[in-house]
Amino acid sequence: MDEVARGPGGDGGPGSADEGWRPIEAGVLTLRRLLLACWLGPLALAGAVLPPVLGAPLWALLALPVLAGGGWGWWALERNWLSWGYLERDDDLLINRGVLWRQLTVVPYGRMQLVEVTSGPLERRFGLARLQLHTAAAATDATIPGLAPAEAERLRDRLTELGEARSAGL
Amino acid sequence: MNPPDGESGNGSADEIPSGRGKRLHPLTPWRRAWAPLAGLFAVALQNAGEVRDQAEGAGLGWLLLGVAVLVLGATAYGYLSWRVTRYLVTETELRIRTGLLFRRTAHLRLDRIQAIDISRPLLARAFGVAKLKMDVVGSGSHDELVFLAEREATELRAELLARAAGIAPEAASSAGEAPARELHQVDSRMLGWSLALLGSAWGSLLAALVTTPLIWLATDSVLPALAVLLPLLAAIWRGSLGAFLTQYGWTVSESPDGLRLDHGLLQRDHATVPPGRVQAVRIVEPVLWRRRGWLRVELAVAGEGNEGGMLLPVGTRETVRALLGRILPDVDLDETLARIEAAPTRARWAVPVWRVGYGYGATDAVFVARHGRLRRTHTLVPHAKVQSVRLAQGPWERRLGLASIHVDQGANGTATARLLDAAHAADEVARQADRSRLGRRSATPDRWLT
Repeated sequence: MDEVARGPGGDGGPGSADEGWRPIEAGVLTLRRLLLACWLGPLALAGAVLPPVLGAPLWALLALPVLAGGGWGWWALERNWLSWGYLERDDDLLINRGVLWRQLTVVPYGRMQLVEVTSGPLERRFGLARLQLHTAAAATDATIPGLAPAEAERLRDRLTELGEARSAGL
Repeated sequence: MNPPDGESGNGSADEIPSGRGKRLHPLTPWRRAWAPLAGLFAVALQNAGEVRDQAEGAGLGWLLLGVAVLVLGATAYGYLSWRVTRYLVTETELRIRTGLLFRRTAHLRLDRIQAIDISRPLLARAFGVAKLKMDVVGSGSHDELVFLAEREATELRAELLARAAGIAPEAASSAGEAPARELHQVDSRMLGWSLALLGSAWGSLLAALVTTPLIWLATDSVLPALAVLLPLLAAIWRGSLGAFLTQYGWTVSESPDGLRLDHGLLQRDHATVPPGRVQAVRIVEPVLWRRRGWLRVELAVAGEGNEGGMLLPVGTRETVRALLGRILPDVDLDETLARIEAAPTRARWAVPVWRVGYGYGATDAVFVARHGRLRRTHTLVPHAKVQSVRLAQGPWERRLGLASIHVDQGANGTATARLLDAAHAADEVARQADRSRLGRRSATPDRWLT
């Protein structure tokens, strides 16, 4: 049971952790950073260019906090990406996530009602798929974003199979 | 409503063969007839002058004719929709066909029925009819049979429960109401006192007494004051006399098909909770009850049923202990409560005064979480009913070395144990996952009498 106690995060993220914690794809990080740049880039540009054009050059300093926020986001996204990990055990699936707000979810295979794999247009472009588990409790929040499609399918099939083998009534 | 195991479908030939199935009570069409008539009457009363002018202009005859046509049309519709509504009990399902224009056949799987309630509103009691409500997992709304003759309702309920419990089909229709043994009846005096000692109604009363005159003085008009007063009055009613009327004569009895609840002074309600369907038990202890050692017990049952899940509006510790032993046989109240560990002292930096209320514990059978300082609430989730376990920690909690555990159960609820020691919490999640696994292995199957 040590793996639960330790979690994947701890010191070096799932990459360095042992005992089979699997990380999510690096594509997620790229995708999220791209989104961040798409949002903040034009904003910073507008903040830097518009004031001099309108004759109030000092206000161009407004672009600095935006850039700083973007830089922090760049770094935070990586930390967040490193924190994600999942572990298949004999009887349950563990999902770990979050840096500031950490959450570890344990879902027993026998409790799964439905396994869902989704992939949006952007995610498909980056070769990513999202796997979501549903149990009878709506509060169960078990989603793994950023799996390679093949891995998502493998996981889905395995979970479904195990879910059937271990299914229990309400 | 589109459950995965197909409890409903569109009408087709094999749903309910013509000539088979039973109809509802002939009084049913009148159930809704009074509403439009009353509405019509109210409108006429409000515009009395206009109506008189109209009547003089177009002739009273026309008006009466209009009303007559309306009433006739409504009656015909009611009659026809009553004609097409039928229900049929098969070996595995209860089928209900409704709808005159848009036909809908609901198939309720008997082994998925969580609870069957009989409800008798005051007027229905006068006519000797009753409603039958079925709670089924996966269907959001409960399906009702409104109305049935009282005797028929009791018999049908007994038959459905017997079949759901796995009694042989040929015996089921004649098995009759399973014998019930009364476990406990709430004393009216105690009920009255317990409601008087609840803060909510008094709070609303105080708010009404303070705010209404103030608003009246401030705005100098009656309407805003009334707008504030009316909801408060409703809250006062719900918390005092209304609650007393519904909870009057609260009786818990035990029968082979589950726990029976009977209650109500004017409207009698009757509910059955099959054993093994209870996902969580909540024991509530309002601050003014504590000196007397009174407790309230609420159940969370998958499928949302009886009156917010109340099992016992008020009872002494001994009563609650005995009842709890009936629902969760492996659980001893005193032992469970003794296992609770309070939150560590340093947690006061996270939750200053209310820290004292938090605590959690686990026995071989249940996970229990405590919260609340004035109104102390214990939530008990049997290990076999746990759907998932989550460990959560925010930045401030990490600073203090604290974490919380969420235990999700199938009735869409979560037992949250907050302010645990972080290292301890991580161990506890691992152990809880293990306990739930073992609990599930030994859990009883879905059919409970087989």
